[in-house]
Amino acid sequence: MTLPAATTARASATGAHLSIEDLVMHFPITQGIFIQRQIGAVRAVDGVSLSVKHGETLGLVGESGSGKSTIGRCLVRLYKPTSGHMYFGDQDLAEAEGQQLRMVRRRIQMVFQDPYASLNPRFTVGSLISEPMAIQRTASRAEIHTKTEELLERVGLNRRFIDRYPHEFSGGQRQRIAIARAISIEPEFIVADEPVSALDVSIRAQIINLMQRLQEQMGLTYLFISHDLSVVRHVAPRVAVMYLGKIMEIADRGDIYNEPLHPYTAALLSAVPVPNPRVEKQRKRIILKGDLPSPINIPSGCRFHTRCPLAQEICRQVEPPLEDKTGRSHFAACHFSDQVGPLTRTGSVQGLGTI
Amino acid sequence: MARLLEVKDLKVQFKTREGPVHAVDGVTFHLDAGETLGIVGESGSGKSVTSLSILRLLPMPPAQLVNGTIIYQDKDLADLPESEMRAVRGREIAMIFQDPMTSLNPVLNIESQLIEPLQLHLNMSKNEARQRAIELLEAVGIPDAPRRLRAYPHQFSGGMRQRVMIAIAIAANPKLLIADEPTTALDVTVQAQILELIARLRRDLGTAVILITHDLGVVAGVTDRIIVMYAGKIAEEASTDELFANPRHPYTLGLLASIPHLDEAVTEDLQTIPGSPPDQLHPIAGCPFQPRCPFVLEKCKTYPPYMAVGPNHRAACWVDVTDPAEQERASKRGFIPFRQIRHGFAGESSPAGMSNA
Repeated sequence: MTLPAATTARASATGAHLSIEDLVMHFPITQGIFIQRQIGAVRAVDGVSLSVKHGETLGLVGESGSGKSTIGRCLVRLYKPTSGHMYFGDQDLAEAEGQQLRMVRRRIQMVFQDPYASLNPRFTVGSLISEPMAIQRTASRAEIHTKTEELLERVGLNRRFIDRYPHEFSGGQRQRIAIARAISIEPEFIVADEPVSALDVSIRAQIINLMQRLQEQMGLTYLFISHDLSVVRHVAPRVAVMYLGKIMEIADRGDIYNEPLHPYTAALLSAVPVPNPRVEKQRKRIILKGDLPSPINIPSGCRFHTRCPLAQEICRQVEPPLEDKTGRSHFAACHFSDQVGPLTRTGSVQGLGTI
Repeated sequence: MARLLEVKDLKVQFKTREGPVHAVDGVTFHLDAGETLGIVGESGSGKSVTSLSILRLLPMPPAQLVNGTIIYQDKDLADLPESEMRAVRGREIAMIFQDPMTSLNPVLNIESQLIEPLQLHLNMSKNEARQRAIELLEAVGIPDAPRRLRAYPHQFSGGMRQRVMIAIAIAANPKLLIADEPTTALDVTVQAQILELIARLRRDLGTAVILITHDLGVVAGVTDRIIVMYAGKIAEEASTDELFANPRHPYTLGLLASIPHLDEAVTEDLQTIPGSPPDQLHPIAGCPFQPRCPFVLEKCKTYPPYMAVGPNHRAACWVDVTDPAEQERASKRGFIPFRQIRHGFAGESSPAGMSNA
């Protein structure tokens, strides 16, 4: 089908740790009781290519239903992608099976959004953290106990907590436990799916700082998935914006936040409330019309055209390619990216009747 | 402006097997007609319980109104008979909640849910009510209103459901709208739409609004005045501009410093508030923020009185956090002076469309 070796050579030449190529994840919709016929598909991820460099954090932002979590779940192979490749070192994660898959999971771990749901309430903290080590046999039984204690301290918890149960901990402490579990087998790559969204505001900073410290100490590479543009700007030097299963824009932090080249990014940025009344009062908001279209029935041409303030006839017909617009690796998928700057400066707050 | 609501020394407890949980612990505030008040706090701070007790929507028991008066116009809602209270709910004070899916009835279409308050409070006939319901849906920006009236809640998206909730809430033209985390379950672009809608209703109808949220960004844009709650108490209260320009409670300072600001340069590390939110089952003596506070003093074991620290600005703290000597002392416990966070780091400039002039 493909030439993984060749791609890997290219991937390592560019310093990429992970390289996703044309990833597609369609969930079939079936009808019928005895004979199930496929009548359509939820096109959750619909052709995504991106790469993450060694030791870097890539921020993946988008609204609910954009497919950002599906990408994360494909990476740890909770889903088997419909098509496409996910090159990780010399391995295509999309093809890995059985023993190979187990080997890969030693190197990629995941942290989930809700630490109330992701930790089994019947397990002690010690067994939760040490389970990956036991499964992957990265440590002997004798070592596991000391290692678990070290991990607890590493994430800022007391080593005495080892025999307690998750319900005895607050949300922030639980997320620390989930992180300790993820790093227990010393992975290279962590998929963090909204790791701070379920936490109280005063706790988020603690977890973000912890993740950044661990990244420095262990040389971790992160895919940081979040809907919160302020948090992503803080943690990720490179950011990708998704809409309805595709990447609309991907660029370095400074470029994408200061000079977005896709109207969707511009609208997202203008919608984020800023904790500063002076800024809020004089901001120009780009208020998008309507709701996210259904991923079962994706609009023709550019999938954003139904809500885009810049849409023209061509947008309904031709899907714009994701291309470098500035020569500084600032990729955007828009026919009119040169008009996004003026849009950002003037805003286009429409009458509420159209919302 | 006319005083609309006056809450005095409100105390609400929940009875549990292990003892009472002090959910709201002596809260005093007021609201004028047409004003928008933000109540900010984390989970467990008592912000939702405060608003639910105004409408007496808490299940009693386990909840218990231990103390306090809630004067709305000239009635004390705290001891109004239930029959009269029903005439206040929806007619005088309406409420919208965080999750529009669980607050709408899934087995009734939108029409029946919209018509009910109109028939009940305004004695409209069914036909009049239906006509008004269509107007209401149009007012909250739902296209194709006559047809959508027949739809059921599950046929709407999250943002649209919240619009329906707002239409129901404003149906009887209430003087006060309480919005409890109205946009927390929504995406940012939809959140912007809903906040815009609430702001417009307030402009057009003169409705006073209490906006309850954990998001300092949300209140910055739409409120006139803000109350910051911590552990069932008001930590600080000020006009919106004053609170952000001149925060005086260490908790407010910590909150502002611990969130990444989209309108400011990217910093290396976020300042954190150490520790965890307080346990309301076992409240500590004195200021509840003590264990997490870099400014803590011996006398914090006594709860501080509200200090007037500026015009219409009060804070419950013994320490003057603007005093350089106090900041110096607190910096030994990890406090980074606020101004330094704001302006000290060189780096990337503000994102597009946000000049901090």
